[in-house]
Amino acid sequence: MAAMVATIETVRELSEYKHGFVTEIDEERAPKGLNEDIVRFISAKKEEPEWLLEWRLKAFRHWRDRLLPAAEPTWARVSFPPIDFQDSYYFSAPKRKELNSLDEVDPELLATYAKLGIPLKEQEVLAGVKNIAIDAVFDSVSVATTFKKKLQEMGIIFGSFSDAVKEHPELVRKYLGSVVPYTDNFYAALNSAVFSDGSFAYIPPGVRCPMELSTYFRINASNTGQFERTLLIADKGAYVSYLEGCTAPQRDENQLHAAVVELVALDDAEVKYSTVQNWYPGDAEGKGGIYNFVTKRGACKGVNSKISWTQVETGSAITWKYPSCILQGDNSVGEFYSVAITNNHQQADTGTKMVHIGRNTRSTIISKGISAGKSQNTYRGLVRIGPKAEGARNYTQCDSLLMGDTCEAHTTPYIEVKNRSAQVEHEATTSKISEDQLFYLRQRGLDAEDAVSMIVNGFCKQVLQELPMEFAVEAQKLVAISLEGSVG
Amino acid sequence: MLEIKNLHVTVGGKEILHGINLSLDEGQVHAVMGPNGSGKSTLAYVLAGRDGYEVTRGEIVFDGKDLNAMTPEERAHAGVFLAFQYPVEIPGVSGLNFLKSALNEVRKGRGESELDAVEFLKLMRERVSELKMDEALLKRPVNVGFSGGEKKRNEILQMSLLEPRLAVLDETDSGLDIDALRIVAEGVNSLRSPKRAMLVITHYQRLLSYIVPDKVHILAGGKIIAEGGKELALELEEKGYAMFGVTDEAA
Repeated sequence: MAAMVATIETVRELSEYKHGFVTEIDEERAPKGLNEDIVRFISAKKEEPEWLLEWRLKAFRHWRDRLLPAAEPTWARVSFPPIDFQDSYYFSAPKRKELNSLDEVDPELLATYAKLGIPLKEQEVLAGVKNIAIDAVFDSVSVATTFKKKLQEMGIIFGSFSDAVKEHPELVRKYLGSVVPYTDNFYAALNSAVFSDGSFAYIPPGVRCPMELSTYFRINASNTGQFERTLLIADKGAYVSYLEGCTAPQRDENQLHAAVVELVALDDAEVKYSTVQNWYPGDAEGKGGIYNFVTKRGACKGVNSKISWTQVETGSAITWKYPSCILQGDNSVGEFYSVAITNNHQQADTGTKMVHIGRNTRSTIISKGISAGKSQNTYRGLVRIGPKAEGARNYTQCDSLLMGDTCEAHTTPYIEVKNRSAQVEHEATTSKISEDQLFYLRQRGLDAEDAVSMIVNGFCKQVLQELPMEFAVEAQKLVAISLEGSVG
Repeated sequence: MLEIKNLHVTVGGKEILHGINLSLDEGQVHAVMGPNGSGKSTLAYVLAGRDGYEVTRGEIVFDGKDLNAMTPEERAHAGVFLAFQYPVEIPGVSGLNFLKSALNEVRKGRGESELDAVEFLKLMRERVSELKMDEALLKRPVNVGFSGGEKKRNEILQMSLLEPRLAVLDETDSGLDIDALRIVAEGVNSLRSPKRAMLVITHYQRLLSYIVPDKVHILAGGKIIAEGGKELALELEEKGYAMFGVTDEAA
């Protein structure tokens, strides 16, 4: 998710909506519906090479002929009316209405920004107020420029997916679809056919990326719409930490979001990928809200490589996502740290897959699910130990916290072991938020919501402490905000 | 300062306190003694405003205010502090974070400015050393894996930071060996002040050898059946609750 800029765009859309929907026909918009011509249109608009068009078309045909007739997958514990895929636009670049000041922005949104402690200047950018150049906001455009220069000097490639296709086609061609093939699943196939843009990063051998890529990313990336495609490659001995998303609430008129993220770690490389997801969850009655159907997977292709996923999922009406690791290289390590919070009518079916192929591969799964309101929260995780994964080890811990008596928490682990030397541990707990804890904290002066927030943040600590420092604090506040109104 | 008048309290539909009268002035320490099941903890919880403890008759007036109309946190801001018989564990929340949040909420409630991290640490270190505690304890999650003595000392530390007007100590002596008891009692005594009242709830007299009360109330069967000076506790120790015709299940 193109973080801050995505937020700017979406907030603008929201504001536009508030001021009456603008019905100007935009020449940059493809007609409604999905067919081969639309796929060609997207590819042509983006001036893509022939091989990429062909790849998109293959994905489209696979989706249309093999997947669509069987309809969308139904195994996840989520329910929603069937999506009419012909009733959407797959490429559009709508014009933006500019606002003159923050006074024109939805006050509820501003209240949330304030709670998150977002500085005023940054709020203006987020809300898309006119004449606030990003330069003016971050005294540190120079910082961004410096970062960019530094990255270039180190040989790190980082930018939009479209630029990478133009500037580094050999890398894109080599790795695109190598971790998530277009045949992988329904939404991955759809994404492969119509993806709009996304991010690309390549860290050359032996290079340790000196900064969280988010810092730069938040300032510079462009909005990439509902079908986002991300590809990160850490070459031998490289290290990168990447942060996606934004704690500020992100609204979007597009209901379906189907992103694909592919990570590749070669020998001795390490990728740390952190997500804070706060898409619009719908209102308290469950109306509206984003369907976030994401395919995220990392391949530890090299020996001693490591991929670590950390996610804080608080938004979206429906979340369907399983950031996974293919532990191919010997001694490779996969980690998954997750906090998933559902409130009101939200539904989340999320977890991970740890596929142990190489010898002495290790994986750790820590999942913290918090359900409130009338929500559904499911952990679904696969640990597979292949026949050659001599000495493989997995440790899984799934904790669910229930608030109130109208929500649900489910834990669905799948464990497949085909090597007798493997060790697999699974621990799971389900608890309700304790009256004793609440009373104790309130007796010490905290109001009920602060007390819940403190207890829940404590519950999630193992995961939150995996986040990069700059986001850990925001994530804590987000946890509190997500549960507002759930006590009583 | 605290005026409890004809207080009737039900828990889960059952009346536990049947008309308690008790008044406590600034600077005073009163003990409430009673056998198990007499309603001691109910009295502590109802003062602190725990959900499920319903006042059906009577009133609790604290500094001229109707305590029963206030939420637990409002009472805390007004200066009511309960030292828990069983301090609660809060996994994942460091003691420092908890203490700072509590202190700043109470300060806000009292109309005082919040302390920043540096000011807080300075104050906290003073109080920790006064109570001869190990600061390292506060870096751990609240009460998680603490010994009985550590938990109770942690309660007294909170009291010393929050500086309440009224401190209710619910069986602070339970689960403590004699050394831990002495340390905790010294902590409590150091917090006695002309501006502060304390209600010390206990089953046994032994705590009152260290925290000498101004007055002793004997609670049995949900009523106060006897009142007197500190010597009443000693008499009780000698003769047992039977002197009041009450059987003590624990004895």
